[in-house]
This record gives sequence, structure tokens and C-alpha cells, in this order.
Amino acid sequence: MRDRQASRAARRAREFEAFVAGAAGRLLHTATLLTAEAPDANPRARRLLTLALAHTYAGWDRLHGEDPYECARQYLATRFQHGAWHHYGAVGRARPDPRSPLAALSPQERLILVLRMYEGVAEEQAAALLGLPVERVHSICDRATATVLHPAPATTPRAVGTRAVPSWASRPAGRPR
Amino acid sequence: MNRPQREAAVRRILERAPAPVPPDLYGEAVRRGDRMLRRRRLARRLWWLLLCAAAVAFTVWAVTARPWVEPPSQTTPPITGW
Repeated sequence: MRDRQASRAARRAREFEAFVAGAAGRLLHTATLLTAEAPDANPRARRLLTLALAHTYAGWDRLHGEDPYECARQYLATRFQHGAWHHYGAVGRARPDPRSPLAALSPQERLILVLRMYEGVAEEQAAALLGLPVERVHSICDRATATVLHPAPATTPRAVGTRAVPSWASRPAGRPR
Repeated sequence: MNRPQREAAVRRILERAPAPVPPDLYGEAVRRGDRMLRRRRLARRLWWLLLCAAAVAFTVWAVTARPWVEPPSQTTPPITGW
């Protein structure tokens, strides 16, 4: 019993080390894209990834031939989704780093864009993972794509809600009121 | 620009500048994962312990209280001396 457990732990450690060596780079890039941090200063992405990897490690014996990468990615996505719900909306909102290519997007847009485009998850799977209708995932992905490709403020949907230059600011000064 | 071209362009943007992997990532993940496993094991043991204790307590109570035996009548006095 004892040595069976020990041999299982050793096998798990060996397999997990190989998995981390192969997948950590890509997963870290995914996490950095999600949190919109700079590549060399990404504490939140590292924390997210460490949690996802620890979760994968803890469930390693119960994978039964499932892809551990899939498991880690799924945990990363759902954890980011819940974290975005709790942390971003209110006062302690984390500012996206301007060096990130996705700094102009909202957390949800980033999540869907990264899952669909970078990770290549199918639309239906992404929708099921996030609990959204497929059409909504489709439209959010399209909008995020447009925002990333044409970052001009006039075309971004977020610029509509932000404070634009008021119309009276451009009025000639000499004109009587 | 049609859809495949747009998607390819976005993929190119997303794949720029990968972050360097921190060297302590593996150790940290294993440490946390081991802690999670230990906690789960502890919780499972506590749960089984609780279940066993409840089963033992129920058995002892059932043997001493014998709830299946019909209780002696409270209304009719026992008939004696006829």
C-alpha cells in the first residue's frame, strides 16, 4: 500500500514535470494575454498559471487519459472569468498594461478572443465553457477582432461610452453666446 | 479584408512577444498541488471518521433504547391478583 502510493506519487511528479516543461510557456503566454500585462512584468498571470498548474497536479491521478493541457486551460479560463467578475468592476480595477496587444479590450473580450484565436478552441466549446450562447461568443469575438486590428478610437465600441471631446469645446471663441 | 485574413492577422498579433517562464513555477505548482492533495485527503478521512462515529452511535442507541419493542401500555393498569 505504502510503496504503491509512493510509486504513484513518483510517476505523477515525473509526468507532471514533463508536462510543465512542455506547456508552461504557452500557458503563461495565454495567461499574460488574459490579464493584459507586459510580458516581463506579469505577476497576476503567474499567479493564475500557478493555481491552474497546481489544480492540474492535484487532479493528475484522476485524469484517466484526458488531456492535462485542456484541464489547465479550462481552469485558467474559468478562474480568470470569476476573478474578472470579482476584481475588475469596482475600485481596485487593475489597469491593463499599454504594452499588451489586448489592452484596449474588456476582460470578457480578451478571454473569448484568446480562447478562440490563440488557443483555437471551437466556438461551441468556448460558449459551453463560459456559459454563454454561441451567437454571443461569435459577436464578441468579431468585435474584439475589429478592435484589435483597428485600434483607432472612433471604431472601438468602448470609445462611445467614454468621455469624448464635447461639442462646445471646438466652438470659435469670438462667437457670442 | 475577409474573415480568414482578419483571423490570421489577429493570431499574428497574439503570438508576439511570449513571456519568459519563471524558473520556480514548477516547484511552486507542485507545492500548492501537494497541499491541495493533502487537504483533500484530510477532508476525506474526517468525513469517513464522522460517518463511522455516526454509525456506531446509532447502533449503540438502538441496542440500548430498542425502539422496535412495543412500549408497555400507559393507560391500562397491569392486571394482578384475580
